[in-house]
Amino acid sequence: MEITLNINNEPVTVDVDPETPLLWVLRDSVGLTGTKFGCGISQCGACTVHIDGQAARSCDTRASEAVGRQITTIEGLSPDSSHPVQQAWKELSVAQCGYCQSGQIMQAAALLERSPRPTDSEIDSAMYGNLCRCGTYLQIRAAIHRAADIGQA
Amino acid sequence: MSRLPILNVSRRGFLGGAGALVLAVSLPVPAMAMEDQPFGADAMPNGWRDDPELFVSIGEDGIVTVTVHRSEMGQGVRTSIAMIIADELGAEWEQVRVAQAPGDEPRFGNQDTDGSRSIRHFFMPMRRAGAAARTMLEQAAANEWGVPVEEVRTDVHVVRHEGSGQSMGFGELAALAAALEVPDRDGVRLKDPSEFRYIGTGVGLIDNQDITTGNTTFGIDVRMDGMLYAVIARPPVYGGRVASLDDSAALEIPGVERVVQIDPPEIPSAFAPLGGVAVIARNTWAAMQGRQALQIEWEDGPNAGYDSEAFRQELETAARGEGKLVRNQGDAMQALADAATRVEAEYYIPHLAQAPMEPPAAVARVADGRCEVWGCVQAPQVTRLRLAERLGLEYEDVTVNVTLLGGGFGRKSKPDFVLEAAILSEAMGGQPVKVTWTREDDLHHSYFHTVSVERLEAGLDEEGRPVAWLHRTAAPTIGSIFAPAAEKLPFELGMGLTNMPLDIPNVRAENPQAQAHTRIGWYRSVSNIPHAFAIQSFIAELAEAAGRDPKDYLLDVIGPPRLINPVELGDVWNYGENPENYPIDTGRMRRVIEAAADGIGWGREMPAGSGLGIAAHYSFVSYVAVACEVQVEDGGVRIPRVDIAIDCGPQVNPDRVRSQMEGAVIMGIGQALTSEITFAEGRVVQENFYDYIIARMEDAPREINVHLVLPEGAENFDMPLGGVGEPGLPPVVPAITNAVFAATGTRIRRLPIADQLRT
Repeated sequence: MEITLNINNEPVTVDVDPETPLLWVLRDSVGLTGTKFGCGISQCGACTVHIDGQAARSCDTRASEAVGRQITTIEGLSPDSSHPVQQAWKELSVAQCGYCQSGQIMQAAALLERSPRPTDSEIDSAMYGNLCRCGTYLQIRAAIHRAADIGQA
Repeated sequence: MSRLPILNVSRRGFLGGAGALVLAVSLPVPAMAMEDQPFGADAMPNGWRDDPELFVSIGEDGIVTVTVHRSEMGQGVRTSIAMIIADELGAEWEQVRVAQAPGDEPRFGNQDTDGSRSIRHFFMPMRRAGAAARTMLEQAAANEWGVPVEEVRTDVHVVRHEGSGQSMGFGELAALAAALEVPDRDGVRLKDPSEFRYIGTGVGLIDNQDITTGNTTFGIDVRMDGMLYAVIARPPVYGGRVASLDDSAALEIPGVERVVQIDPPEIPSAFAPLGGVAVIARNTWAAMQGRQALQIEWEDGPNAGYDSEAFRQELETAARGEGKLVRNQGDAMQALADAATRVEAEYYIPHLAQAPMEPPAAVARVADGRCEVWGCVQAPQVTRLRLAERLGLEYEDVTVNVTLLGGGFGRKSKPDFVLEAAILSEAMGGQPVKVTWTREDDLHHSYFHTVSVERLEAGLDEEGRPVAWLHRTAAPTIGSIFAPAAEKLPFELGMGLTNMPLDIPNVRAENPQAQAHTRIGWYRSVSNIPHAFAIQSFIAELAEAAGRDPKDYLLDVIGPPRLINPVELGDVWNYGENPENYPIDTGRMRRVIEAAADGIGWGREMPAGSGLGIAAHYSFVSYVAVACEVQVEDGGVRIPRVDIAIDCGPQVNPDRVRSQMEGAVIMGIGQALTSEITFAEGRVVQENFYDYIIARMEDAPREINVHLVLPEGAENFDMPLGGVGEPGLPPVVPAITNAVFAATGTRIRRLPIADQLRT
């Protein structure tokens, strides 16, 4: 059936089973492939998007649940990739393979929204659900601190 | 590049002396041919190319596009190769872009992105390609100005003539230069390393902008018009097949188009798909739902009884008996019998799954006698050859486009998942098909890191020094995926066993047989993982038996600085490198140990429940030592700090050397603490990241200090390069378990630690 989602500030109408996880609607129906599949069951965080400003796992969110809410993906985090988290990620070259970084960036941006100066412990618990097999965790921590600086400058 | 002098190594070592042993363990290379044996990139399939027309193009807008023929999986190779070419070319970094080469080794040279070889093998060819392109730009400018080429020089992205003050940008010169002949390799001047602007200093990742905006294309991200989506139910046991199938419920799922069976392969199956039942749908979710609705009975085949606990006991039994002799110096058995003290220990390392964050995924279109695929492959040429073979097509009619890899770690060296996509596209009459592996698929059907029991025995003299060393390794071999085999291959033995460089007079290594019951494959660092865990744990155990400090003891058993020819030890492989250029240098090993120990403050007083551990290992012709601090509380292990030191010779991209070391530490923490693949009734027990547990943010040390140790000659690039992607990993786990021993007095001999420290 047809449903309309608000994705990155634009209404998008798709013809899907409303029970489909938002992840696959974004990737297969809308073509926004920046949001990644890693586990399908909220274990890895690669699929993290913002729903009404909160970090959410799109693999575990039905499309029907997202109707009427503001969905932000990595492609829409900022109009010109100038979000402090994006700036910090580039400045430090955080990524290795880069696959999990969309989810890491979205999770970090949501963290800074509610806690503009997070401690290492806050970062550890906020980022607990985002796996990185390449092992970029120390750079992620450093980049979140750097993004906090950029955000308050 | 100058050759290192070899001390205490004679030519006799290659042709005689240890010759009988060499023959016993060597690949089928006649001993007499050793003089002419190719090494390094020359020894790889299709070798290397340095033609600038293959790797460098310059637009009229001045944009330099570097074609990268190695796969990017997080090691930074797209950035590092672009740095090398940009530096020799004289390009401004902001004007450099990269393009990914398709799979075509006859054209580009070897593309197997494994073995920590990309920069080691292609530093010089890529320098020559960049320098040749610069030479062409200079010649074009000289022709234009009617001056001798000797009078022009390249500045940053511009060629100048000092005498006349004329200058032309790269963009203006591009078409003129392209019309010139490529200069002779010998007539191209390479820059002096003092002129390097990027090499050895570093630049940001070339893919930073795309990664931070979601604009990247990994294998799983490829989209095409009319594309269908497939997931596959594969036989849960290696060698199994479909006994019966009822797909009626699956076909009822909205969006499901067809159900297609893929024939099971003969086993061992090499890189062939495992067979099974594919559900092809209009989106991934429908395909997943359809697969869930399949009613399949499986015939499990010969591996139905595979059970990890029983197999561990089988390996232990094997390791307690004799095995094929793979190394022999002195008389270890007699020296063991005569020793003042005798120590023995067995170590168990379970199967591991590479578990790259991007599971295997590929898109294929097979139509009109042609096949085109897009995939996250480490080995695009192998992929192309296997596709041609499977589909019965000519090599020329197969195109393999290489996407970014969302991690590889060895899993994506095997193109089984790409072949699946091609088989299904053909079955769908040429419609493009994307195959996506779920995480469960990835964990159930990896090419697993082998499982092993390593048994060590040592005899110590009155001073506690080892005078005898017996190492038996019992582990299924990677060779078992290609042909029935129960003994390790020379390259597996050469990963820390037959090239073990300790200063011990009587050394014996044996390889008892072990049968494989699943697909065994390459996993980052490969056999170095079990060998280093066992050897570096055992050295610490010997230090304890001798009442010595583990770091001092480690240095003592390594012995004084010297150059060792690995062939004389019994390793004819040496990572494919010429032992004359790449001897084992125990001085370099000692220096990384000192660097890691100094870094962590070795010897400092530790509070109760905390401890320091150290380990070192030579692999991929690089030297790495790890010192780590652990805190054990209520049986849980925390690792607040790690110091890791690497000597990989000259460093092209120190920032990525640093990131590979950090990544190795994180991966090693997961291996030490929690990661394990087990089998019951032939099936993998683990399902997803909740039970195949890898390190999370909270497991990451607060501090990882990477010490980049430059040996003499490295700053001038006056010595050969070592590997970087893999050598960091092997010493991490034993450094952790050695620290756990220091903290608790409990010796970990079985991985992972899991709940072994809980009472």
